[in-house]
Amino acid sequence: MINIKVFAHLREKLGGEQLTVDHTEITVKELLQELAEKYSIKTDSIMVAINEEYADSEDLVQSGDTVALIPPVSGG
Amino acid sequence: MKNSMFIITSEPVSIEEVTQKVVRREAGAIVNFIGTVREFTKGKRTLSLQYEAYPSMAEKQLAKIGEEINEKWPDAITAITHRTGKLDISDIAVVIAVSTPHRKDAYAANEYAIERIKQIVPIWKKEQWEDGEEWIGDQLENKSYPKGKPEEVENND
Repeated sequence: MINIKVFAHLREKLGGEQLTVDHTEITVKELLQELAEKYSIKTDSIMVAINEEYADSEDLVQSGDTVALIPPVSGG
Repeated sequence: MKNSMFIITSEPVSIEEVTQKVVRREAGAIVNFIGTVREFTKGKRTLSLQYEAYPSMAEKQLAKIGEEINEKWPDAITAITHRTGKLDISDIAVVIAVSTPHRKDAYAANEYAIERIKQIVPIWKKEQWEDGEEWIGDQLENKSYPKGKPEEVENND
């Protein structure tokens, strides 16, 4: 089980702060593709964090990790 | 308020408190940046802003900015507090304080900090206008991250 945190417009669009997907291991790229199809979201501009660190598209997400989908930030 | 140098908080931010964290005998200069809520952007009136953060990661990214500053300006000490929640016009969204022995480094390091906040810290703002609301940063989809994350070091232009 992989927990996925979502924020800002994604949180509103998906109707919650957290999603879960059932994988033992998946790359960031594959995970984004799956979420894009499942929830009809565009993922080109979304950054991904694994356990609070930015990840590369080829990085592996493993069961128990906390993933966050991070749309372009607008702090400051 | 927590005593850390890098804080995300839903409480009002005290300029004095953030500034005091970088006061020290070696410093000859302290530069503050105070980010406030602007009423008009390109002629459109903002009524209020809503800031949302991924607080635990945002604090780590703020600390990373502090580390980057120390690589570029080894004598600098940095403190940053960013607020979340609903903010009204002129409310303080972020305070950055940098102290250095000499003023040029403090100005440069402080500007570097706010530029990096806008690139790597997971905080989002929603603009509330008279005729609607919108999360800022993504709707135009004019940014993309082919590698899935921001570049390590970017120019500040």
